[in-house]
Amino acid sequence: MNTSKNRSKHLSKNLWSGFLFGIGMAAFVDETVFHQLLHWHHFYDKSTTTVGLVSDGFFHAFSWFSTIGGLFLVADLRRRKAFWFKRWWGGVLLGAGLFQFYDGTIQHKLMRLHQIRYDVYILPYDIIWNALALIMIAIGVFLLIRTNTKNALGVYE
Amino acid sequence: MKGLTLELMSYVMAAPFVAALIVYLVLTWLSKRRSRDWPLYRIVLWSLGVVCCLCSVVGPLASLAQHDFYYHMVTHLLLGMLGPLLFVLGAPMTLALRALPAKQARLITRVLRSEPVRILSHPITASILNIGGLWVLYTTNLYALMHHYFLLHLLVHVHVFLAGYLFTISLIYIDPTPHRYSFAYRTLVFIAALAAHGILSKYIYAFPPDGVSRSAAEAAGKLMYYGGDLIDMVIIFIFCLHWYRSSRPRSMA
Repeated sequence: MNTSKNRSKHLSKNLWSGFLFGIGMAAFVDETVFHQLLHWHHFYDKSTTTVGLVSDGFFHAFSWFSTIGGLFLVADLRRRKAFWFKRWWGGVLLGAGLFQFYDGTIQHKLMRLHQIRYDVYILPYDIIWNALALIMIAIGVFLLIRTNTKNALGVYE
Repeated sequence: MKGLTLELMSYVMAAPFVAALIVYLVLTWLSKRRSRDWPLYRIVLWSLGVVCCLCSVVGPLASLAQHDFYYHMVTHLLLGMLGPLLFVLGAPMTLALRALPAKQARLITRVLRSEPVRILSHPITASILNIGGLWVLYTTNLYALMHHYFLLHLLVHVHVFLAGYLFTISLIYIDPTPHRYSFAYRTLVFIAALAAHGILSKYIYAFPPDGVSRSAAEAAGKLMYYGGDLIDMVIIFIFCLHWYRSSRPRSMA
C-alpha cells in the first residue's frame, strides 16, 4: 500500500497525534519560558480558586502525558507509513492554540490561576496572549481543511 | 527523638534494603547456575534502587531530612518514587521465577494470582494508597507526630516505599501480572493520580504542614512538583512504549 493511501486511512490519527503533542508543547513552553526563564508566571499565587488548582493539576498531568503519548503516536504513524507532516502540524497548532486560549481566558481570568505577568498593566499582555492563541487555531484549522481525504490521495499535490 | 534512637531507627530501616540486595544477587547466581542468564542492566537498576532507598533512610541525607522539610522531600522522592521505580525495573518476580525450583515458583505465582494482591495492585487502590497516603501525611498533623514517635516514623516510611512500589507495578507491567487492565483504563487512573500529586505539591507550597517554615514548604512544594514530573516522565515513557509495541500492525510482526 502506498503512503497516500495509508495517510487517508489514518487521517484522524494524524490529527489527534498532533493535537495531543500541541497541547503538551504549549504547556511545556509555558512552563520553561514563562515560569522558569522569565519568572513572569508564579508557581502558585494565593488568589487561585480551589477549582483553579484542581483544573491546573489535571491539565498539567494530562499535558505531560500527551506530550510523550503524542510523539509515540507519530512513531506509530511512521511505522505504518501514514505520517503526514502537514496535517499533523495542523493538529499541533490547533491543540496549542486551544490550550493557550483556554489558559488565557478560563484559567487565568475566571479561575484566577496566576496571571501572565505581575506588577504591570495586564491588558496588553492578555490581548496578545489570546490573539496569538486565536491565530494558531486559525492556521491549524486551515491546514486541517487543506489536508482532507482528497489531498491525501494526491489529487491536489 | 534522641540521637541514639535516630541512629537505631536508621539501621532498622536500612536492613531490609540491604537484605533486598543480597537476596537479589543470590537469585541471579541461582539463575545463572541453572544456565539461565540474567541481564546485567536489571542488576544495575535494582542496585541503584537499593542505593536510593538507603540514602533516604541512613546517612547524612537522612539526618538532614529529620530537621529540614526540603531534604525530607528529597528523601520522599528517592524512597517513594525513584527507588520503587528502579526496583520494579529490576523485575524481581521474573528473576525469582527463573531462579527458584518449580515448587517455590508455583507458590509465587499463586501469591501473585491471589485476591489480596489483585485488590492491592488494582490501579485505583494503589493510587489511593500512594497519593492518598501523602495527602494524609502532609495535610494532617501526622508529619509533625512522626518526628516524635519511633514506630510512627518507621510505619510512614514503610508505607511510602511499599505504596510507591505498588503504584508503579499497577501502572507498568514489567513482571508477570495476572491481573491486567487496559492501557486506556490505566491512562485515566494515572492522569488522575498525577494530578492529585501536583495539586498536593501546590497545596504544600501554600499551606506548610505543622512545624514547617514557609520558605522550606515553598522549596519542597516545587521540588515535589518538578521532581515528580521527572520521574513520572520515565514511567509514562515506558508505559507508552509498551502500548506502542502491543499495537504493532500485524503485517510487520
